[in-house]
Amino acid sequence: MRTEKTHRTTDARFRPGHLALLVGAVVVILLPLLFTTRYTTNLLILGASWGIATLGLVVVLGYTGQISLAQAAFYGIGAYAVALGTTRWEINWWVALVLGLVAAALAGAVLGTTTLKLGGHYLAMVTICFQIIYTLVTTNWIAVTGGPDGVSNIKRPPFFVPVNTVQKYAWFALAALWLVAALVWLLRDTALGRAMLAIRENELAAEALGVDTRRVKVIAFILSATIGALGGAIYASGYLYISPDSFNFDHAVAFLAMALVGGSASPLGAILGAGLLTFLPEWLRELQRIYLVIYGCAIILVIVFMPEGLWGYVKLFGRRFARVRHLPPVDQPIHVGGHGTPGEDILCVHQLTKRFGGLVAVDAVDLTVRRGEAHALIGPNGSGKTTIINVISGLYVPSAGGIRFLGHNIVGQRPSRIAHHGMARSFQNLRLFRELSVWENVLVGAHRGGGRERETEARALAAIEFVGLSDKAFEICRNLPYGHQKLVELARSLAGEPELLLLDEPGAGLNQTEKQELVRLLKRLNEMGLTILIVEHDMSLVSNVAAVATVLNFGKKIAEGRVEEVLRHPAVVEAYLGNREVALGV
Amino acid sequence: MLESLSMNGQLVFAGLAIGSVYALVALGFVMIFRATNVVNFAQGEFSMLGAYFLFMLWHGLKLEYFLAMLAALLMMVAVGLLFEISVYYPLRNRSFLPVIIATIGASIMFQNGALAVFGPSPEKVRPVIETVEGTGGITLAGVFFDYQYVIILLVTFLLVLLQYLFFEYTILGKKMQATSQDKDMARLLGIPVAVMIALTFIYSSLLGGLSGMLVAPIFFVTHKMGATMGLKAFAATICGGFGDVRGAILGGLALGVIETFGGAYISVVYKDGFSFLVLIAFLLLRPQGIFGEKVAEKA
Repeated sequence: MRTEKTHRTTDARFRPGHLALLVGAVVVILLPLLFTTRYTTNLLILGASWGIATLGLVVVLGYTGQISLAQAAFYGIGAYAVALGTTRWEINWWVALVLGLVAAALAGAVLGTTTLKLGGHYLAMVTICFQIIYTLVTTNWIAVTGGPDGVSNIKRPPFFVPVNTVQKYAWFALAALWLVAALVWLLRDTALGRAMLAIRENELAAEALGVDTRRVKVIAFILSATIGALGGAIYASGYLYISPDSFNFDHAVAFLAMALVGGSASPLGAILGAGLLTFLPEWLRELQRIYLVIYGCAIILVIVFMPEGLWGYVKLFGRRFARVRHLPPVDQPIHVGGHGTPGEDILCVHQLTKRFGGLVAVDAVDLTVRRGEAHALIGPNGSGKTTIINVISGLYVPSAGGIRFLGHNIVGQRPSRIAHHGMARSFQNLRLFRELSVWENVLVGAHRGGGRERETEARALAAIEFVGLSDKAFEICRNLPYGHQKLVELARSLAGEPELLLLDEPGAGLNQTEKQELVRLLKRLNEMGLTILIVEHDMSLVSNVAAVATVLNFGKKIAEGRVEEVLRHPAVVEAYLGNREVALGV
Repeated sequence: MLESLSMNGQLVFAGLAIGSVYALVALGFVMIFRATNVVNFAQGEFSMLGAYFLFMLWHGLKLEYFLAMLAALLMMVAVGLLFEISVYYPLRNRSFLPVIIATIGASIMFQNGALAVFGPSPEKVRPVIETVEGTGGITLAGVFFDYQYVIILLVTFLLVLLQYLFFEYTILGKKMQATSQDKDMARLLGIPVAVMIALTFIYSSLLGGLSGMLVAPIFFVTHKMGATMGLKAFAATICGGFGDVRGAILGGLALGVIETFGGAYISVVYKDGFSFLVLIAFLLLRPQGIFGEKVAEKA
């Protein structure tokens, strides 16, 4: 029985992707045999190099959700490195390639770093600027690049792969495409890949779970640029002649179109898109004059009608053949709460003030949370509860005051740093990674605990088991009912084994049964030693879970103490019943 | 000394004039951004289309110049409306990324559509004030003031004034502002949000078209003219502070001057690069722009 179960788990890890890799290898071998004329073989090489560039976009756009319209520039950097390296500078092909990849990686790092604080439209704009400046430089810096005339007589790789015929070179190009596709596909299931997906789905939540979003975004740009440059290098040695026209803004748009039409979040989709848009203009020879019009049109249609690209349909079709996946068995119980002495102060908030313009949302609040306690932060709407949670978790920088967490002064630290000290939080309005599975959501949270992949998985498993979602682990979060989504968010916070859990209205929107289940879970967590700071409006939930409460009104602390006493406190009663004079302290 | 002074004066004037075109296009950006939080990457193409429509009606159909301009503006109304219906509306509830990509798609479509219809050769359109010797203008203190440039500056100034009056003193303007600030609340107050957004797109399209017609005599009319203008106008809006009307104007004028001086004193071939370098510098040092954009995500 036991052996069968382990067998099934290994089986579950054999993904359709493995088969695709095998089929891909066969295709790589067969294609150059099928395309026999020099012209079509050249197209094959072109398609492979474009496919590689598009795979770079999969990393930055598909995985990380950052738009880049500069991929043609990186593609060009790789192409020029090989072109100039093998002709003017007369260095070895592989050395030239490495130089090109390094140059592109550096350029990617610069682009990534400049755009860190920017999202959306700024990012699109800056990448366009980068692309245009690149084109201006390659066209006008004639002394180095040869200007608009380009570079001819480019060499092919001399040794290691004796690829001097077009057919052999096509094998080389396709093998490179296969390799990059495999790597990009494997990336998705690594800690880095999941961090990228988390950023795409919800950057704020990713940061709060300990993902260093800045670092990951820069890495995504570097990877994307390097992959793009590899594509360009293969193109240059395939066509033996390059000019700046092959790397301009139109091509950047074409790469974007390829990624979108095929499906930007999937390596196979990207190859599909690149292949289609390489050969389509050939098949529609008469339409050559307007094929860019069709590109533009296709982009809009794809965005409107099939957000996942063609690959979305393939996936839909393939779902029929998908096998049921099972979670590996849970081999350790959930571990929470850290290792300190119960009762010690772990969070000390001192005279915390947060102003938004002229509005004082939090006014000189003191708050101490001790290890092992379940502490409620309550108060009427607009009293500053969520603001305090946001300041403590690092989303807002306090206007004044100090916060110490486990001995660290965390004022001004980024949320991911604070998360790494051992803090986890949930959000008032759910911030799940909606398009990812429950398993992936929780894994992102589990990475905070550090350690090897196996340990991360063990923590994630334990957290999913704890909230009772084991049978839903491979569901996409978007498809789950609201109550379950709330549990996923809880499991995600727990998987990193936090020492302090901040919960922002965990009960909101849940029905009575779900609330009872939540209370049971929170009480168990607290019994196991987890320190909880909870913001909640449901007083029965609060009195069931928390022992201590701090009451806020209009940003000021009006009462503190044991929950049952605090709830009877005249100022608290007035605040909730809305007596203005008492509430304002007049 | 006097010579270099008048040369610099000339450069300032030319820079301001080009800058005011960027400002016009930038105003279109800002309008759409404020109403919908969407950055329309096809904004520059509106200018290109405006210029081509004018060329088509005036040169092709031999209409009288001002009549042709009026008809071309009417066509821009249709373009703006169609654009809103086909590109923005289906994506109105999606995140910014699909919308940006769709407007980029539209931009490629417009550009290459124009290329297919009008061909690659640049076309010429007459200036608003036509003189026998071609370019009319007056010389003051050693600086030659080209009429077309003067007109561009005046039109920009006038439009900004009108726009200000419209938003501050008319009910329709207030409704549009309300829509841009909170669509749901505006809807609850009975403001026809869809109509307001459509009006915004139409107005932006008009602004874009007009700017294209005004620069047409200065630059040649090509399918690529919109892309450059659009990008620079966009750069201007970012430098000025995204979503801020004053910022768009100031940013546009500043970029025009910087670019003209850069082109004259540093390098002509890299002229188009200066605006982008300025932009990148801004993004690094002061990403919120001169007047600042209010961005805050609520947890």
